[in-house]
Amino acid sequence: MGDFVMNKTKTSRYEMRIQEAWEAQKKSGAPVYILGIETSCDETSAAVVRDGREVLSNVIASQADIHKRFGGVVPEVASRRHVENITLTIEQALAEADKKLEDISAIAVTYGPGLVGALLVGVAAAKAISLARGIPLIGVHHIAGHIYANRLVQEMEFPLIALVVSGGHTELVWMKEHGQFEILGETRDDAAGEAYDKVARALNLPYPGGPHIDRLAHEGVANVPLPRSWLEPDSYDFSFSGLKSAVLNTLHNAAQRGETIEPANLAASFQDSVTEVLVEKTIRAVRNCQAKQVLLAGGVAANRGLRERLQARCEAEGIPLVIPPLSLCTDNAAMIAAAGYIKYEKGQFAALDLNGVPGLSLNENEQ
Amino acid sequence: MRVLAIDTSNLVLSVAVVEKERVLAEMTTNQQKNHSVRLMDCISELLDATGTSPEQLSGFGVANGPGSYTGVRIGVATAKSMAWSLDVPVIGVSSLEVVAMNALGFPGLIVPLFDARRGQVYSGCYRTNGLDSVEVQGKEKIVLLREWLPQLRDMAQGESILFLGEDVRMHRETIAQELGEQARFATPALNHPRAAHIGYAALRRLQDGGSAHELVPEYLQLAEAEAKWLAQKQAGAVKE
Ligand SMILES: [Zn+2]
Repeated sequence: MGDFVMNKTKTSRYEMRIQEAWEAQKKSGAPVYILGIETSCDETSAAVVRDGREVLSNVIASQADIHKRFGGVVPEVASRRHVENITLTIEQALAEADKKLEDISAIAVTYGPGLVGALLVGVAAAKAISLARGIPLIGVHHIAGHIYANRLVQEMEFPLIALVVSGGHTELVWMKEHGQFEILGETRDDAAGEAYDKVARALNLPYPGGPHIDRLAHEGVANVPLPRSWLEPDSYDFSFSGLKSAVLNTLHNAAQRGETIEPANLAASFQDSVTEVLVEKTIRAVRNCQAKQVLLAGGVAANRGLRERLQARCEAEGIPLVIPPLSLCTDNAAMIAAAGYIKYEKGQFAALDLNGVPGLSLNENEQ
Repeated sequence: MRVLAIDTSNLVLSVAVVEKERVLAEMTTNQQKNHSVRLMDCISELLDATGTSPEQLSGFGVANGPGSYTGVRIGVATAKSMAWSLDVPVIGVSSLEVVAMNALGFPGLIVPLFDARRGQVYSGCYRTNGLDSVEVQGKEKIVLLREWLPQLRDMAQGESILFLGEDVRMHRETIAQELGEQARFATPALNHPRAAHIGYAALRRLQDGGSAHELVPEYLQLAEAEAKWLAQKQAGAVKE
């Protein structure tokens, strides 16, 4: 956090209130209600989750329609919408959960990674409510949130391997226990979702392109030869920019020869390459870490091609696979509340100098 | 009636707790721009220093722009969220008006300005309203300074024009060249915004309601991508 610390020789009234609130809650044994807030990209979301497992509400004010016209998320536009929507979204989440702020045990907010201007709105709102109402504040890593979306569906079993794939990230994470994350591999260039969007643009498909590629892929045959980026034999990292270039070259060369490539076949071949690498690296991690469970998380978990392939491979390996419903795969605040619950139990609260950290690493998140 | 007032819209960070008759505390710095990190600790400190619990606050005031987009959003998101969670009103006060209030009682035109790059400034023209408030003449806007100065000369009709704001330094020569003796400049102590002014502007307007949900920043300009998109749309290049 920041290095500007005022008057730290004396405990502030706020810090005393937070400590008292937490101790009183622990003593009471009553359910823990966490208000989650998520504004890391283009969704303004707030949710109430009971005991880290049960979603009471999960309100998502999507800006997708606004950003569609720009062909991608515009950070300044997203930040402006967040500040307009933030209190309304939180109020709606409380109303749908039939809870009031006095029922809330803690506020969990995404503080990174993400778009800095967007993160700052959620962080400012969470800190403001925390101070005004004396409610403990928890900073949550966005990827930890995606992983914990699974706990809203099924209890986690450790050790586990989580594959997190979205427009912004591609990560293979090993968890030995709650709240402990070890990144085995991540993308060295584009995120998987980003590669989907770029290939979709080359095929003149509308933004966001992922779902269109997925749909087209199911209509085509994977008969266009495209590379698989395995990297070094023992690496769990990913790389999708080479594949993306190969797709663009294939289109370009065909056009120069006056040939046409069936877009459905190209989509199927591209999807085949992406999912083969994602799934095979996941299975290798499962074997090496003797995982008891595989979790799929992030917006690309909605991708049918990826789900089917991972399901088939996990079945063949005899390892249980958990995939949350689509509403919990895309960015939402319920997953942030679920991840925040683990920190709540340990009393790991954030101070009022919590900042939005665009490049926050998952390990930094562990205090 | 205690009001908490916040300004993080530019480099200055200012927070105050005011009552109807008296400023209880005010803290203003003009150094670092990490408002996200510092703002809440400052508020917490000021509340403790004045023995104010958040529940004792009857309302909030916040400078809601123009200024740094991110800075304005931090102030507005904080003020509206605190006000909403305590179920009290919040009033947005123009960041330019806050600076203009430093010249309460000045007999000519009061012109606060913030640099907006490429020769542009965020500015407005104010006149003092007795010794407790200022009133905007026309609208605040983003404008090229070289176009703004002749307009101000016409409005002033021979009266002095006082330029205020931290960025006046950057443009002082241009202003003096155009307006000569008519342009006036103040001591640096009058250039930065003081949250206590926001507190009193808010106190005067609190009875108007001040819904937290409806409080939004006044950027005075569209996001670049939006402006481009609108221009293309008007040219008939895109259909929605
Ligand atoms: Zn995400």
